[in-house]
Amino acid sequence: MNILTYLIPISLLLGGAGLLGFIYTVRSNQYDDPEGDARRILSDEWDDQPKP
Amino acid sequence: MTAQLRQTAAACPACVAAPAQVAEPAVQDARIALSLPGIHCQACIANVERALNAVPGVDSARVNLTLKRAQIEAVPDMQADQLIGVLEQAGYEAHELDPGALSATQTDKAGRDLLMRLAVAGFASMNVMLLSVSVWSGASDATRDMFHWISAAIALPAIAFSARPFFVNAWSALRVRRLNMDVPIVLAIGLALVTSLWETSLSGEHAYFDAALTLTFFLLAGRYLDHRTRAVARSAAEELAALEVHRAVRLTEAGEEQVAVADLAPGDLVLVRPGGRMPVDGEITEGRSELDRSLLTGETLPVYAEPGLSVSAGEVNLTGPLTVRATAVGQETSLHRMADLVAIAESGRSRYTSLADSAAKLYAPGVHILSALSFLGWYLYSGDLRVALNIAAAVLIITCPCALGLAVPAVTTAASGRLFRKGMLIKHATALERLAEVDTVVFDKTGTLTAGTPELVNLVDIPLRVAQIALALAQASSHPLSVSIASAATKAGIVPVEITDIEEVPGFGTQGVFEGQRVRLGRGAWVGAEPGTQTAAWLAIGSETPRAFLFHDALRPGAAEAVTALQRAGKDVRLISGDTRPAVEALADRLGIKIWQAEALPEDKAQRVRDLTDQGHKVLMVGDGLNDTAALAAAHVSISPASALDAARVASDIVLLGHDLSPLADACATAQKATRRIRENFRIATVYNVIAVPLAVAGFATPLIAALAMSASSITVSLNALRLR
Repeated sequence: MNILTYLIPISLLLGGAGLLGFIYTVRSNQYDDPEGDARRILSDEWDDQPKP
Repeated sequence: MTAQLRQTAAACPACVAAPAQVAEPAVQDARIALSLPGIHCQACIANVERALNAVPGVDSARVNLTLKRAQIEAVPDMQADQLIGVLEQAGYEAHELDPGALSATQTDKAGRDLLMRLAVAGFASMNVMLLSVSVWSGASDATRDMFHWISAAIALPAIAFSARPFFVNAWSALRVRRLNMDVPIVLAIGLALVTSLWETSLSGEHAYFDAALTLTFFLLAGRYLDHRTRAVARSAAEELAALEVHRAVRLTEAGEEQVAVADLAPGDLVLVRPGGRMPVDGEITEGRSELDRSLLTGETLPVYAEPGLSVSAGEVNLTGPLTVRATAVGQETSLHRMADLVAIAESGRSRYTSLADSAAKLYAPGVHILSALSFLGWYLYSGDLRVALNIAAAVLIITCPCALGLAVPAVTTAASGRLFRKGMLIKHATALERLAEVDTVVFDKTGTLTAGTPELVNLVDIPLRVAQIALALAQASSHPLSVSIASAATKAGIVPVEITDIEEVPGFGTQGVFEGQRVRLGRGAWVGAEPGTQTAAWLAIGSETPRAFLFHDALRPGAAEAVTALQRAGKDVRLISGDTRPAVEALADRLGIKIWQAEALPEDKAQRVRDLTDQGHKVLMVGDGLNDTAALAAAHVSISPASALDAARVASDIVLLGHDLSPLADACATAQKATRRIRENFRIATVYNVIAVPLAVAGFATPLIAALAMSASSITVSLNALRLR
C-alpha cells in the first residue's frame, strides 16, 4: 500500500497539469473562433514558411 | 489583448532581420470591424485576408469564421468604405460594424469565468470520484480514512472556488427572504461537506465529498449552457445594432463635417443625403425631396418634403438632399420617446414565471421539509445526532435539483441552436416557453409581411412607346418607384429611348426632352394628374393625358407560406397596419387573412393586443416599425425582422435574421416541442426522486447510490434534450 504515497500525488499532478493547460487555452483566446481555426489548417497558404 | 498579441507576433520575423526599422505608430491605429455574412469556408478566409492585407495602409486583418467577422488594424485615416469596396470586388458582401457596440462580446468575461469554475469542478470531481471508487470497492480502516481526508483536501477548496455563483445567488435570494433554486443547492452542498467532515474525523464509513463535487459540476454545466445560449444571442443582437453606424453630416460655417449622432445638439444644421435616415427630429430648412415614413407610421406612400416641414428621426430621405435644423436630439427625439410607451407595456410581461421558476417554487420548500422531517424522525427514533444528520444530508443530496438545473438549459440550448440555424435569434430567456403558448398571431403590414419595396403591377397595360420613355427617365433616378419601373421594364426586355436634358427635380420626379416634347415622370400633382389612393408614378408626354404606373408592395419572401402554415396550425392570424384601408384590404385578401384593421395608430395597436390578451388569448406580435414597438412589448411574445428599427428589435423577444418569413410557423412548432421536452425532463427527474428518496429517508442510501442516482438522472435529462436538435 506504500505505493499510494507516490501514485496519489502523481495522479493529482497529472490532472492538475491538464487543468492548467485548459486554463491556459481559455486565457489565450483559443476558443474565440473554433470554426475558423479548424478550417485554417486546410489552407496551404503558409505551408512553406510561417505567416510573417 | 488579442490585437497586441497579434501585433507582436506579426513584428517578430522582421525584428530578427531589421530590429531598428520596427517602430510603434505614434497615432492610434484605426480598428475596423466588418461583418461578412457570406463567408463559409477556408478559401473564403484566405481570400478575404489576402485581399485586405493587400490594401496599402492595412497592418493586419484577421477573419473570425465563427462570428463571420473581420477585424482590421489600419492606419488612422483608413475608411471602412474603401475596404468594403475591395471585398466586394473580391466577391464578398461586407458591412461596417460599429466597434463600440461590439466591445462587450470580445471579452466575454462571465462566460470565461464559468468555464474556469466548471473545469476546476470537473478536475476535482474526477479525482475524488477515483478515490471514492476505491472506498466503495472495499478500502477500509486507515486506507479509507486517508482517502477521505485526501478527498476533503481536494473538495473543500474546489467547492469554495467553483460553487461561488450558487453561494452568491442563494445569499441574494435569502437576503430578501425568498427561496430560489440555489438555496436547496447550497444547503445540500454545505450539509454534505459538514457531515462528511464530521464522519471522516470520526473515521466513519460514509463521506459525500464526491456527491457534493459532482453536484457542483453538473449544475455548473447547466449554468454554462444557459450562459452560452444567451451569449450567442446577445452577440448576434449586438451585431445587428452595430450594423447601424450612427453618423451624421453637420453643416458648419467651415463646411461639412462627419460627426457621431450623439454629438449633435439642438439648433445644428444637419445634411441628410438621399437614402439616408433622419438622425434627429427637426425642421427642413433647405431642399425638396420625398420622405419614406413607413417605419414610423406604416404608410407606404412617400410624403412630399419641403422647407418648413417637421421631420422625425427614423424617416428615410428618398430623392433630394435636405438640410434639417435639429429641434430634438438623442433621447429627446420622438423615436426615443416611444420607449416610454414600451416601458409601460412591458410591465405586464414581467408577470410571466418560467417553468423552471414554478418548478422551483414547488420543489424548494418540499425538499427542505422532507429533509428536516427525516432528521427529526431519526433523531427522535434513534436519539443519535450523527445518524440523523447523516440521513438528512443524504436526503438533501439525492433530492438536489441536479436534473432540474440541467433540464431547462439543455433543452433551450438545443432548441435555440436549431432555430438559430434557421435564422431566428432568441433574445429572451423565456421566449421559447411563451412562444409555445401562442394561439393568436398579429402581423404588421409594411416591412413585415411586405418587403417595403414597391412592385410595378400594370406594366402589361402600358403601350411599348410609353414604357420605353418611362424606362429612360426612371434609369436616371434612384427613387424607389423609379428603380422598380427600371427593373420591371428591363426584365420585360424593353429598351429605353434616347432622351435629352434629363434632370431630377427633388421631391417631384424626373423630366427630360423626347423628340422635342417635354416628358415628365413623377408625382401626380406635378405632371397634372389627379392622384388616387394607390401608390403610383405618372408619366406625362407633352400635353397628352398622364399615364399612371401603379405599384403594390412586394410581399416578403415566405410571407404567404408563413400565414398559411400558421392558420393550418390552428392559430388565429390577424393584420393590423397604420396604412390606408385599400392597401391593407388588398393585402389581407391576397394572403387570406380574415380579420384586419387599417389606419391604426401606435396606441391602437398596443390597445388591440392588450384587448386580445384580456380575452385570454396569448398573442404573438410580428412587427418592424416604430409604430409597432408598444404592441411588440405588450404582446405575450414578439418577433421582429432584422430590417426593423433598433427600437423595435429591442422591444421584441425574437429577431428574424434572414429575409424570409417562412421559419415563423416552424419556430412555433419547435417551441412547443421544447416545452414538451422540458416537462418530460421534470417528470424524469421526479421519477428518479420518487425511487431514491424513500431509500434515503429509510437510511439505506449510501454515497454510491447517491452518485448513481444523480449521474443517471442528469445524463438521461441531457440526452432527452438532445433529441430536439
